[in-house]
Amino acid sequence: MPSLGSIRRSFAPWSDPDAKPYISFRNVTKRFGDFTAVDNLSLDVYEREFFSLLGPSGCGKTTLLRMLAGFEEPTEGELYLDGQPLKGVPPHKRPVNMMFQSYALFPHMSVADNIAFGLKQDGMEKSARDERVAQMLKLVKLEEFAKRKPHQLSGGQRQRVALARAVAKRPKLLILDEPLGALDKKLREETQFELMDLQQELGLTFMIVTHDQEEAMTMSDRIAVMDKGIIAQTGTPAEIYEAPNSRYVADFIGSVNVLEGQVVASDDGHVTIEGRDGRFTGAVRGQGPAQGKTVWFAIRPEKMRVSREKPTDTENAVQGEVWDVAYLGDMTIINVRLDSGSVVQAAMINHSRLVDDPIGYEERIWLSFSADAGVVLDR
Amino acid sequence: MLRAVTNRLVILIPYFWLLFFFLLPFLIVLRIALSDLEYGQPPYAPQFSFSDGWEVISEKLSRLDFENFAFLAGDKLYINSYLSSLYIAFVSTILTLLIGFPLAYGMARAPENLRPILLMMVILPFWTSFLIRVYAWIGILKREGLLNQFLLWLGVIDAPLEILSTNKAVFIGIVYSYLPFMVLPIYSTLEKMDESLVEAARDLGCTRIAAFWKVTARLAVPGVLAGCLLVFIPAVGEFVIPDLLGGSGTLMIGKTLWIEFFNNSDWTVASAIAMILLIVLVVPIVWFQNAQARATEAGR
Ligand SMILES: Nc1ncnc2c1ncn2[C@@H]1O[C@H](COP(=O)(O)OP(=O)(O)OP(=O)(O)O)[C@@H](O)[C@H]1O
Ligand SMILES: [Mg+2]
Repeated sequence: MPSLGSIRRSFAPWSDPDAKPYISFRNVTKRFGDFTAVDNLSLDVYEREFFSLLGPSGCGKTTLLRMLAGFEEPTEGELYLDGQPLKGVPPHKRPVNMMFQSYALFPHMSVADNIAFGLKQDGMEKSARDERVAQMLKLVKLEEFAKRKPHQLSGGQRQRVALARAVAKRPKLLILDEPLGALDKKLREETQFELMDLQQELGLTFMIVTHDQEEAMTMSDRIAVMDKGIIAQTGTPAEIYEAPNSRYVADFIGSVNVLEGQVVASDDGHVTIEGRDGRFTGAVRGQGPAQGKTVWFAIRPEKMRVSREKPTDTENAVQGEVWDVAYLGDMTIINVRLDSGSVVQAAMINHSRLVDDPIGYEERIWLSFSADAGVVLDR
Repeated sequence: MLRAVTNRLVILIPYFWLLFFFLLPFLIVLRIALSDLEYGQPPYAPQFSFSDGWEVISEKLSRLDFENFAFLAGDKLYINSYLSSLYIAFVSTILTLLIGFPLAYGMARAPENLRPILLMMVILPFWTSFLIRVYAWIGILKREGLLNQFLLWLGVIDAPLEILSTNKAVFIGIVYSYLPFMVLPIYSTLEKMDESLVEAARDLGCTRIAAFWKVTARLAVPGVLAGCLLVFIPAVGEFVIPDLLGGSGTLMIGKTLWIEFFNNSDWTVASAIAMILLIVLVVPIVWFQNAQARATEAGR
């Protein structure tokens, strides 16, 4: 069977039924007053995994991490770390370090002292400590700033100090709350790879919160997409991207075109829907949804083919007028207004520098896609 | 151009203020302190006049005998008054800190909507006269006062405590009167502090108590220093509290100064006492300025 995405994974403890989870949330609920921030959530994360939490603001990501670090106790449910229940274990006794969303650098200490704080607390001797601090400063490229106070640093530099401080103790589990948000694109990408190297090298488990889906896709072994205190879907980046389980997830990660319709024919492996945008056939695994049901066909823009003539090799084709064209360098995004009124997006890779007859505004074109290019979603 | 002039004037205003309301009175008091005692109105004979030329003044200054200062140094009463004042102020400051810090901490950690009410409660006593509030303590602390009655009723003691007219009453009075001056600056530093700093410390291996000392207490230092100074400085020169609550054994420089000035009509010695008091207090103020500058630099 073909696999999702373009990478073969050798590290996949989550698909091994005998693997023991390192972190385990068991039906965890967290309420603040009568507001439920985390709602009956269960989640397993495995040792050495790079796990990302993705979700809109206020969906409970930080709350989840804070329960793991020991700053909040679950209202209901149990949390396990390496098989041990975490209930009642104070933060300083957990083999967990957290990088705070607000950085929480000690303002009265220099950069080096901030990084050394946790090591000192562990009673590490001075020479080893200095060496570790130097190593951490090098990692975050702040060697010249060792003596500075946090208020003398830029936002991005502060963030890197916070990162260095959290990593310095080499905790078995590192929790990062939006670690790279304040960095510029280039530095962010560099730091992403450094984090991945560090994680590989030290064999740490990372649990990271990010708003940046591209960042999550780049770094993670698995991603959990959250929605108002629940996990909407957990999976590898490819699973989340290519096989989202709901319109919410499909829409949250990347761009997606959603075509609504009622099931008119359904058999083993295929389903045909008909709606205001036309009639499409999609591939499904196993038995398709029942006839008459409203479902959604979700197709990523890059999986749309653009042509001037009606394609003959597929039934899945719609016609419309070019509404907007955005040239991004590596690709061109075209927004097409269908005859039904919906706007659909297509992305074309710019294979060559020169194009003989480029598509222009207000031109009538065809968009088509194969049956397995999109997913049929029932919610 | 005009703007530049106005700007300069605005900067000068505080200097004028200091000149007219601090430096000039200071010079007048200094002149009295350097004068000779005389029976008359005013009861002193100036050694020089501000209207003399500079040369005349400096010539006369070089012949000064500083007899009032020498008199202070020669009499144990004055030295003991200073030492006793410093001691009483120091102990009261420590006591105020011990009570004020937990209070300020509790206020800063209270729910946000409750804080203005708590703040109000700290400031509220200022709405009644200081004198009346100190006077009220007599009714509480005296032999058959409220406190003794209450303790007797509880059965904690069998004989009334002698508190009024002792140093204990003075400590109570100072702590009570100056508590807001300790609470407010500490509260303002603690309130600004980011709670996640304590969490970060705990995350990095500190127990709750260690995190308190290494982060909360450390970052509250500027507020604590400011509070201590605001209590210590006026407490050293305090007159009303030792006069009303203290006994004959309570020696405080403010009271001694009062006696010299009003009872003995010795303006010259009273002025000399005030001069020495000023010098004694300049030391902690300068020290505080330095410490404050360092703490602000570190704690920003
Ligand atoms: N101590 C608290 N008291 C009351 N409500 C809280 C508390 N902490 C968090 N919440 C609420 O719980 C919800 C989840 O908060 P959380 O900080 O986990 O969000 P988040 O997913 O990290 O958001 P962001 O991406 O903006 O950081 C929010 O609606 C927040 O208002
Ligand atoms: Mg958050």
